[in-house]
Amino acid sequence: MKINIPTPLRTYTGGLQTVTVPGATIGEALEQLVGTYPDLRQHLYTGEGKLRSFVNLYLNDDDIRYLPQKEATAASADDELTIIPSIAGGRLPHRQSAPIAPLLVIPWRSGGICFCN
Amino acid sequence: MLHLNFHDYQTLRAHGEETYPHECCGVLLGTSTPDGNHVRETVRAGNTRTDRAHDRYNIAPEELIRIQRHARKLGLDIVGFYHSHPDCPAQWSKTDFDEAHWIGCSYVITRVDQGNATISNSFLLTGTDEEDKKFLDEPVEIEMEKQEA
Repeated sequence: MKINIPTPLRTYTGGLQTVTVPGATIGEALEQLVGTYPDLRQHLYTGEGKLRSFVNLYLNDDDIRYLPQKEATAASADDELTIIPSIAGGRLPHRQSAPIAPLLVIPWRSGGICFCN
Repeated sequence: MLHLNFHDYQTLRAHGEETYPHECCGVLLGTSTPDGNHVRETVRAGNTRTDRAHDRYNIAPEELIRIQRHARKLGLDIVGFYHSHPDCPAQWSKTDFDEAHWIGCSYVITRVDQGNATISNSFLLTGTDEEDKKFLDEPVEIEMEKQEA
């Protein structure tokens, strides 16, 4: 199975965007992945071995949390597993102690301008 | 340092003006080099937090995957994200920090006052994991298009 590695975790796969591992199920493939790249484990799982809440796993286009057999779902060599951390946020609560960064506009090389916080 | 061209800079700021008083969000595609993240394309995303879009944003993972596939076709990577803060400072909030997990990526925040984009700042998420991650103020270089003589 092919596993797509997101940008922040490529540090732990030697820079590889995609890793191919054997495994009859999603769980087996993930075990192979963290067996091959052990530093990945702590970024995917909590100390109790649960998938971290912000880590999403998709088998092709399906969120594995909503698959009936979840990580025990069978997978073939043609399947693609994607690891994708969540992206979210919002303006509140403010950091009251944080000043608004002054916006400096200075000439920059090659005809650009630089906005420095 | 975050490098992006003036068109992309305008695009992400205009997005925040269009969605005001709600938060906008999107993805920065490009390449990462030792001198920073270089943006080659901005991709608008939908804010799934329709329950409180005035102060929250979330990009559906399904949409992120589609954007990532698009990036790979172009030989690019996800190098950052952007969102707006309606009538609030262009500074990361506690929510922004708690929900930031893409270490090495740039997070651009634009303050939008009464529908007008004002300050845009970028913050680089650094560290090695959830325990030691932190946002660093990140200078932004706007690459201007060359004028024909």
